[in-house]
Amino acid sequence: MKLLRMTLYAAFRALRRNKMRSILTMLGIIIGVAAVIAMVSVGQGANLAVQKQIESLGTNLLMVMPGSTTAGGVRSGWGGVSTLTLQDAAAIKRECPSVSAATYFRRQGVQVVYGNKNWYTTAQGTTPEFPVVRNWSTSEGSFFTARDDSTANRVVVIGQTVASQLFGEGEDPVGAQIRVLEVPFTVIGVLEARGQSGYGQDQDDTLLMPFNTAVRRVLGARFPGTVDMIFASASSQDVIDQAETEITDLLRSRHHIAPKQEDDFTVRNLADIAKARESAGQVMTTLLLSVASISLLVGGIGIMNILLVSVTERTREIGIRMAIGAKSRHILLQFLVEAITLSTAGGLAGAVFGVALAKAISFFADWPTLLSVPAVLGSILFSGAVGVFFGFYPAHKASRLDPILALRYE
Amino acid sequence: MESVLIRVEDLWKVYDLGDVSVTALADVTLDVGRGEFTAIIGSSGSGKSTFMNLVGCLDRPTRGRYWLDGVDVSTLGSDERAEIRNRKLGFVFQNFNLISRTSALENVELPLFYDDLPLAEQRIRAREALRRVGLADREHHLPNQLSGGQQQRVAIARALVNRPPLILADEPTGNLDTRTSIEILEVFQELNRSQGITILLVTHEPDIASFARRVITFRDGRVISDVRQDPRGASAGARDAVSPPSS
Repeated sequence: MKLLRMTLYAAFRALRRNKMRSILTMLGIIIGVAAVIAMVSVGQGANLAVQKQIESLGTNLLMVMPGSTTAGGVRSGWGGVSTLTLQDAAAIKRECPSVSAATYFRRQGVQVVYGNKNWYTTAQGTTPEFPVVRNWSTSEGSFFTARDDSTANRVVVIGQTVASQLFGEGEDPVGAQIRVLEVPFTVIGVLEARGQSGYGQDQDDTLLMPFNTAVRRVLGARFPGTVDMIFASASSQDVIDQAETEITDLLRSRHHIAPKQEDDFTVRNLADIAKARESAGQVMTTLLLSVASISLLVGGIGIMNILLVSVTERTREIGIRMAIGAKSRHILLQFLVEAITLSTAGGLAGAVFGVALAKAISFFADWPTLLSVPAVLGSILFSGAVGVFFGFYPAHKASRLDPILALRYE
Repeated sequence: MESVLIRVEDLWKVYDLGDVSVTALADVTLDVGRGEFTAIIGSSGSGKSTFMNLVGCLDRPTRGRYWLDGVDVSTLGSDERAEIRNRKLGFVFQNFNLISRTSALENVELPLFYDDLPLAEQRIRAREALRRVGLADREHHLPNQLSGGQQQRVAIARALVNRPPLILADEPTGNLDTRTSIEILEVFQELNRSQGITILLVTHEPDIASFARRVITFRDGRVISDVRQDPRGASAGARDAVSPPSS
């Protein structure tokens, strides 16, 4: 222990004697570690953001969208004609045992007016199950009820963006009268803020009203009895695949699709989307990490080079040390500790730069970053290991010198 | 036996250079008593440096035995020899061999470092050694801020600091002018006289050898003469203060 402390002391003295060279030697490791930490932070931040979005949508969520239809050989795009009906939605709720709740909507862009302010947004006619299925409730006021839906009451729940566009600071939207496509409505609630969707849309720029109100009073019935999309929630995350199969089978039989024919609808599982996104993120992180590791490796080779030069340059010093009683393990340890000190100090400095870089990225590029403690500790440890690995050869070489020849070295 | 510090018997050193082998040292047998001040003289290639390397435990003989302070060191491994060098020997070289960009004090501390002495103790002993060679006020100077004579004094302090019974000086005045050379030799004489430290001095100059009480001459790897003399120097008169050499 004492030997280690003294060797450390000697190594520090040796490195201090050559400050500039020590710093330049560490540079490779510093850049490598900083790159690793910054990359992992950005990667993890992105993953977390995706995960949060998916979770906010509800991980049990299944989306059923109308598919393309073929009419006389002409195929429409997805959703060209709505193939999903109100009865389909009711049947899913009724007949799929793994589905706990379902909702559906029709949507359309509308102009809304309050006082002298107006705003263009998307109106969705949906059902009272919306807060449960989408895991999205109101922050002020309340959501509409089944009774509001059945009697087609003129009530709306607005998103945060709509609220901020129509109502000034201090104005209470709840109870206010607004006009949607010239039809007067009462605002009964404001939705919680949701932020951007995974596709970059502002989810808060919306307005919800009972389905029947939408169909009868505002949107009209372009395709009577149809819906734009059905959301179903599986009763738990474990049965999500089962729920997907049940819905697919049910809709195929209801739509009379022959066994070899394509579906005229699409079921999307949010968990799958989340996984795909996550694995894409992981591929990116792995790629960047391997590039960063190469720079650590190059840094290690740099340390080895400098130490080899240093061993040659200090041959005489090694000879003196041996003559006055240094054993080969003292010399080995001295150079090894110098290597480890260089690489670990480089690792620490790199960690500081890496953290600063991650903060700078999230500040200037507005990317979410998540500081990973294992990545920080791991890269510092790894740089220490680089020191041991690349320091060993020069240190061994130094410890094997013949003291007589080393003393005579010019 | 007690008063014999160095005993070599039938010492050979043969360098095997592939096709030819060179005999650097042939059949050397001699004793050096504790407290002796001995000069080893000879032209280059006479084997005196080889002899010093063997006595200094830097090398092992091809044949023969060597006892230092009663211990047979001719068969020891490199770690054990390092320990002997650390505890029993002090080296002074022609080109001083101080570690550059390292203060005088730290240079002097170095042997203690390998003896695992606590740092505080190292410092005390190094200061004391520097004081003994008259450099107490130069402890924070770097080697390149010191004159040749001062550097050699630092080297002597480093050789002293572990309180060894034997100091080996290999051409210690080779890089110094005459006046400084005499000063350095007087330092050796003083250490020999007041501390009873055995000094083995290698030189090729008879002038320098005249400071010693015994002169051993090497030629072609053999001892050709071994004489005792009245040493020159200011403090020479005090030679009777230490016990006379044995044999």
